[in-house]
Amino acid sequence: MATRIKDLPAEEVVLSGNGACASCPSTLALRSVGKALGPNAIMLLTPSCTVASMGVTPQMAFTYPAMNICFATAGSSAAGVVYALEAQAMKGRLQGEMPTVFTWIGDGGTYDIGFQALSAAAERNDNFIFFCYNNEAYSNTGVQRSGATPAYAVTTTTPGGKTENKKNMPLLMLDHRIPYMATASVAYPADLYDKVVKAKGIKGFKYIEIFAPCYPGWKFESKDMVKLARLAVRSGINLLWEAENGYITHLSGPTKALVETGAAPRGLEEYLEAQGRFRHVMTSEKKEAFLQGVEAGVREEMELLKGRMRI
Amino acid sequence: MEAERLMKAERQGQDGGEVTDERLLKTGCHAAALAVRSARVDVVAAYPITPQSSVVETISAMVEEGDLECRFLPVEGEHSALAACAGAIAAGARVFTATASQGLLYMHEVLHMVGGGRLPMVMANVNRAVFPPWALLVDHQDSLSQRDTGWLQIYVASVQEIYNAILQGFYITQEAQLPVMVNFDGFILSHCASGVMVPAQEVVDAFLPPYEPLWKLDPAAPSSFANVTATEYYGKHRAMLQRAQQEAKPIFKEAAARYRDHTGMWDGDVLDLYRTEDAEVFVISMGSMAAEVKLGVDDLRSRGIKAGAVRIRVYRPFPAEDLVQVLPDGSTAVVLERNYSFGMNSGILAVELKSALYGQKNVCIHDRVMGIGGEDLTWRYMARVVEDAITGKEATPWQPE
Repeated sequence: MATRIKDLPAEEVVLSGNGACASCPSTLALRSVGKALGPNAIMLLTPSCTVASMGVTPQMAFTYPAMNICFATAGSSAAGVVYALEAQAMKGRLQGEMPTVFTWIGDGGTYDIGFQALSAAAERNDNFIFFCYNNEAYSNTGVQRSGATPAYAVTTTTPGGKTENKKNMPLLMLDHRIPYMATASVAYPADLYDKVVKAKGIKGFKYIEIFAPCYPGWKFESKDMVKLARLAVRSGINLLWEAENGYITHLSGPTKALVETGAAPRGLEEYLEAQGRFRHVMTSEKKEAFLQGVEAGVREEMELLKGRMRI
Repeated sequence: MEAERLMKAERQGQDGGEVTDERLLKTGCHAAALAVRSARVDVVAAYPITPQSSVVETISAMVEEGDLECRFLPVEGEHSALAACAGAIAAGARVFTATASQGLLYMHEVLHMVGGGRLPMVMANVNRAVFPPWALLVDHQDSLSQRDTGWLQIYVASVQEIYNAILQGFYITQEAQLPVMVNFDGFILSHCASGVMVPAQEVVDAFLPPYEPLWKLDPAAPSSFANVTATEYYGKHRAMLQRAQQEAKPIFKEAAARYRDHTGMWDGDVLDLYRTEDAEVFVISMGSMAAEVKLGVDDLRSRGIKAGAVRIRVYRPFPAEDLVQVLPDGSTAVVLERNYSFGMNSGILAVELKSALYGQKNVCIHDRVMGIGGEDLTWRYMARVVEDAITGKEATPWQPE
């Protein structure tokens, strides 16, 4: 039975007065994640928007013990924390329920500079949850391209629009055959909550990627953040699924109908139209070709997913 | 193990009871692993690299065989190795890693984090020349390039001292709240077997109390580590790190005295002095060459040159005051060192020695860079170079003997 949003616990791990932008998807997602994890958790952060907004020492916007670590090291730093807890439990110095260790990492620290350590932690099956909040660019440093930036998107290092496609990180993680992984959306907080609760109950390596539209980065109105995230799911840009040990086990939200019954994706044009990063192409004669290309890409990704589900 | 046991030595322990030490025939890498076992380390995260690999292999085997109650974390690279150590320390564990050369260079960013973050741990670095071109043998460029990362640095001269320095390192790191790097020469010490006295576990336990972190990542008492800091606090953090380095000096001496009281073994002052009392020529060096050069000092003395040897054992904090005390006005120092300070037309050690003595003592300082990439330094060659230096001659070129 899926949880409803009004059933989520009232506890907040993100305190008011933090430095995040209005409608920051990372902060909103972290609230749902915190409700699922509960208070007994340890947080690790690599440089990202969250670090820039979590507060200036000695103040901090989160209720968790939080460790700032080097950019490339989410996978290894979290592994170190986990091994230390395990060693202390083994030697009887740590009793009671083990804290949940989790990383809170942007797409840069996941897709790019942090990929090696992430892959190694997944391969070792270290017992923590790796969260990636994916805002499809290095938003913190002023919106430069990342491996998660889609083709044609304008960033400060792709001023003419990105010429390469983003990599399919969820499928890369799927092939690490980890005990649990999920994709999620900031627009579906109850779905995210359920996935985190599930991850928390599984021993070994867990990967959860949360799609996170960034209004200063993508150039849309801040009030439309959740709307953009919802459109991304309805249009098939962001597919919501879960997998265990390399097998896709569950589709959720509109993704289910899109993939299983071939329902028509909705709102793709509206999704792209709302974003300034695509304006250069959406206002040109290439608009139709671009729209067709994006839609073909969405269908191809859904076919890939369907194919994987048959395995 | 049995075949490698040279002897068992029974003696009276601190509390008057009888304790049994073991004397084993071990390589430097194995001695490092034995020290990790003696220190009851909780977490080891490491990545293999020549000539350090057998440290990692031996620790893995100890863990596998239940000989060491520890979690061994086989990471995918050295940057991750030290990052994992940082995480493990923050979670309250006693932590060790080992590396060499490129591995240490690859850790550089995280060395700053562990040093600047005041995270107590011990690392063994097996000194090896740096790329390019590839070279496997010893020089000190790798660890001296990490000079300003906030780590305490020890350079040892024997296999026994590797064991002793690592154990003392765990004491020092806890007291100083600074990480300790124990450096030993690749192959010369890492791969040569030598007698190692391993004190009985109860002796080590008495010397080294269980690790009690000053703080840790604890959901019951949440705190943050190293998030963004206002400028006025950042400067204070760095100044505290500088001060902590200076304050660590007496801790080295305290650790050595304490270690001697418990184990009966002495290794530990910041300088290791040989025939310096009446010396006029001081041969200053680090690592295994500094042990070898003692024979060179004897040779120079036999030819009427009043030489003495100074081994810089603790390199960070730099023992400036101790050197000022040892070197008299009007004396001559010949620095023999296995590294370059590129652009300074010198080695790093000579630059530091000049800086330490400036305005304090009037000493004529000669610098001779040698032993780069593992050139074998015999006492004959080093004595020859010292003689060349004090007689104003060009250094005799090194040749394999």
